[in-house]
Amino acid sequence: MMRGVSKRIGSIKFSTLSPDEVRKMSATKVITADTYDDDGFPIDMGLMDPHLGVIEPGLRCKTCGNKVDECPGHFGHIDLAMPVIHVGLVKEIKKLLQSTCKTCGHLLMTKEEAQRKAQEWADMDDLGGDAIDYRLLAKGTAKDASKNTICPYCGQEQGKITLDKPTTFREDGHKLTPKEVRERLERIPDEDLPPLGIDPNSCRPEWMVLTALAVPPVTVRPSITLESGDRSEDDLTHKLVDVLRINQRLRENRDAGAPQLIVEDLWELLQYHVTTYFDNQTSGIPPARHRSGRPLKTLVQRLKGKEGRFRSNLSGKRVNFSARTVISPDPSLSINEVGVPEEAARELTVPVHVTKSNLEFLRNMVKGGANPPRVDDRYVPGVNYVIRSDGRRMKVTDRNAESIAEGLEVGYIVERHLMDKDVVLFNRQPSLHRMSMMAHTVRVMPWKTFRFNLCVCPPYNADFDGDEMNLHVLQSDEARAEAMILMRVQEHILSPRFGGPVIGAIHDHITGTFLLTHMNPRFDKKETLSILSKVKHDELPAPVVVDGKEYWTGHQLFSLVLPEDFHITFKASICRNCAVCKKEDCDLDAYVKIRKGKLITGTIDEKAIGSFKGKILDKITRDYGADASREFLDNVTKLAIGAIMVHGFTTGIDDEDIPEEASIQIKEVLTDAVRRVSEFVQAYREGILEQLPGRSLDETLEVEVMKVLGRARDEAGQIAGRHLGMENSAVIMARSGARGSMLNLSQMAGCIGQQAVRGERLSRGYWNRTLPHFKKGDLGAEAKGFVQNSYKSGLTPTEFFFHSMGGREGLVDTAVRTSRSGYMQRRLISALEDLKLKQDGTVRNTADIIVQLRYGEDGVDPCRSVQGDAVDVDDILSEVLGEDAEALARIEEKKLSGYATIEKDLMETMEEEEAEEPEYDAGGGGGDD
Amino acid sequence: MVESDLNVLEHDLVPEHSLLSEQEAEKILADLKITRDQLPKIRRDDACIRLLERIEGPIHPGRIIQIRRKSDTAEEFIVYRLVISKELKG
Repeated sequence: MMRGVSKRIGSIKFSTLSPDEVRKMSATKVITADTYDDDGFPIDMGLMDPHLGVIEPGLRCKTCGNKVDECPGHFGHIDLAMPVIHVGLVKEIKKLLQSTCKTCGHLLMTKEEAQRKAQEWADMDDLGGDAIDYRLLAKGTAKDASKNTICPYCGQEQGKITLDKPTTFREDGHKLTPKEVRERLERIPDEDLPPLGIDPNSCRPEWMVLTALAVPPVTVRPSITLESGDRSEDDLTHKLVDVLRINQRLRENRDAGAPQLIVEDLWELLQYHVTTYFDNQTSGIPPARHRSGRPLKTLVQRLKGKEGRFRSNLSGKRVNFSARTVISPDPSLSINEVGVPEEAARELTVPVHVTKSNLEFLRNMVKGGANPPRVDDRYVPGVNYVIRSDGRRMKVTDRNAESIAEGLEVGYIVERHLMDKDVVLFNRQPSLHRMSMMAHTVRVMPWKTFRFNLCVCPPYNADFDGDEMNLHVLQSDEARAEAMILMRVQEHILSPRFGGPVIGAIHDHITGTFLLTHMNPRFDKKETLSILSKVKHDELPAPVVVDGKEYWTGHQLFSLVLPEDFHITFKASICRNCAVCKKEDCDLDAYVKIRKGKLITGTIDEKAIGSFKGKILDKITRDYGADASREFLDNVTKLAIGAIMVHGFTTGIDDEDIPEEASIQIKEVLTDAVRRVSEFVQAYREGILEQLPGRSLDETLEVEVMKVLGRARDEAGQIAGRHLGMENSAVIMARSGARGSMLNLSQMAGCIGQQAVRGERLSRGYWNRTLPHFKKGDLGAEAKGFVQNSYKSGLTPTEFFFHSMGGREGLVDTAVRTSRSGYMQRRLISALEDLKLKQDGTVRNTADIIVQLRYGEDGVDPCRSVQGDAVDVDDILSEVLGEDAEALARIEEKKLSGYATIEKDLMETMEEEEAEEPEYDAGGGGGDD
Repeated sequence: MVESDLNVLEHDLVPEHSLLSEQEAEKILADLKITRDQLPKIRRDDACIRLLERIEGPIHPGRIIQIRRKSDTAEEFIVYRLVISKELKG
């Protein structure tokens, strides 16, 4: 088998075809519009002439003698009776007509001007410029030339050339026939072409007006035989038939000396057909249609747009060695792994070169055939194909497996089934960032879904409500090595978007660690072993003995998965940002302190291990590397699942139950708010409402009303929240960051609140009112979309309607946003796709022109940055200063408050620090005991 | 275009532009191991170049401008731009 590069393309040049070239490369002249005769054989010199290539199997090409697939197809040509303008080149033709003399054809420029232009071209060659620069230069030259109304050579006064879209040129209002246009273009001398951006060696301007039309090979426009036996021709063939028919009529009429008017009409018709043959969406002319009324798909339509040749067949292709199926979660897998169904594994293959050392192993595998039986109820990989040294591919079947295995030699290639530890790429659309496609190692499993660790959901943005994902099997050692180094999941834990972890615990994992660590619960031996059963860990720490029974604390268990010398301090998600932080003595157990790999105080929740926020995760990845981080995540996943299963966890509608007195209280708050709104409305009506600065009276009312109602909703939520304690599952999820928010809860238990469209209270629907249930001009709370009920208590019909209005806006917004941001992303990527970071640290494009002298101006990989900064000063401080650094950590928090206030804040913290220090020491001492 | 009295170079948001001498330019190119045409470009009729011309005399295409600008990531960053004739990019 031949591998590697056999021929290399040095350069490609695009130019126009001359009529001579069209005729020279033509296998046959096409003169008749008929395609097949009555017997179904193609007519000679027709559009399906056998010289143009073969599309029927078994036949041989009359030009090259090859069979289908071997014959590339051959061009034919049509000699046009009268010249027509090429639609794709009208702009160029217009430029040329405007910038050259109508009689002598010279560029409308004096010698000196031309000299200057030539100098500019030379400068450009020296200083570098891309294709666009050259085109702009040519355009500039043409523009300058067309300003001269008198030819500096022959003194001829020039007419004003205008273009009547799409293909009619006019000079001072008089029509120019394509023939006249062609004659003018012919007169332009070769030496005047380079300043206009045309290389006379490869292109003459008169070629832009067609006299011969190339007919593409039949392989380009194959006809389809329907089941009924009828032939259906390609759109291009249909269009060429039109061209030929009109061409024929035009020739006959012209030769017979028909009146000028008729000839001109036919000429225009020919122009129309040739135009639509190239581009059937040319503005200004109706698109040519199929008999059924469907517009024809002609040349430009084949190339253009999302379904065109470029985007659909060249930039993106259908590939082999890939699979797609539904995804489902499996916390027992490592984040690096993907579970592949056996059925898929038997189809997807990996080529293995037979060598001396693997000959026996592979021989055994081939012997098993293409569907080896399970051994000990385990999947056994088989072999689909064996490729011999001479390149012959043999399918392995049950019958020939033995003999192929015997004949296996060094140098053969065995296409074996996918097996554990193979490297594959795993992808979910839309692939918006590089983490949308990562390399996983295979675990072949029963059942029919792809499975992976839940921590990998955020980068793929996947959930399991029916999502499907794609898998691609790597076929070469180079590809596997590259993927393992660059694309493996563990290498992408830190995102280049914000220099923090994208891969991390979600949902139940966070709840699990929360239950494990919050308030440091105790677990007896049975529970402890149950929690740790799947976790990789060293020996159990010494148990706490209470009343003669052995217990392990949640903190001890969590510490098992931490690296030995791990050290971090931060505030957990459940932290309520008290005015004075009690640190280790936090009532909420929100102060996380880890020393020497032991969790001393605090709750492990979203801030610790969650994706996007997990501080522990972030630090482990940064300080201990991807391997340690992967191990940590794998362990945390299992630990969390163990913990949540020991505790038991459920949520339901009764989580939002609140006592009756609370509901009464909420009702009172809401009625009070509604009453105050009507007071405001009353005041507004009487004109005694005090206007807010910078607002009209109407606006003032809206602002005040919104304020009152907003406050009422919050208050209702607070009342409800007072009765929903930390023992409540829904609250645990909301506070720990696992799922949902306190707002969600207060809307379920308390009050849904004001509905809004475009940030304003609802006001659309009927004239001066939202619904006919209200009086016209009613400005009260109920009439304009305030929902007093909660999701649990249920909505009144009007409230439900208002809620739908608000909800609809959200849906429309998301729909609009996704489509718009998709298009923006496409344009952004098109602009940046060829930029590349070179080895000297510069960013360059494909033309090797520098775009940035140093990547990101600081040369820092955002993936390895700390939230965008090259170094994490606080982290270094805490490492150097130890415990003292925590007092300094507040600097960072202040820094976020505003730009250029750092110095001032520094001084402030210094002062506070002195005051707080003793308190801190006392706290620290207490916690350690 | 009406020439304004405003000196854009003195504006807060306009980074510091300076013309490199031929020797300096050669040294920079040698340091970066690149040829002139690989540099980013700046048009000769750019407002900053026109102002620089008042100080330095005519700046012909092919000269290199040094721009010292503030950067979010690197505090200060120096870039070089090649002067090109004004006809381009228009």
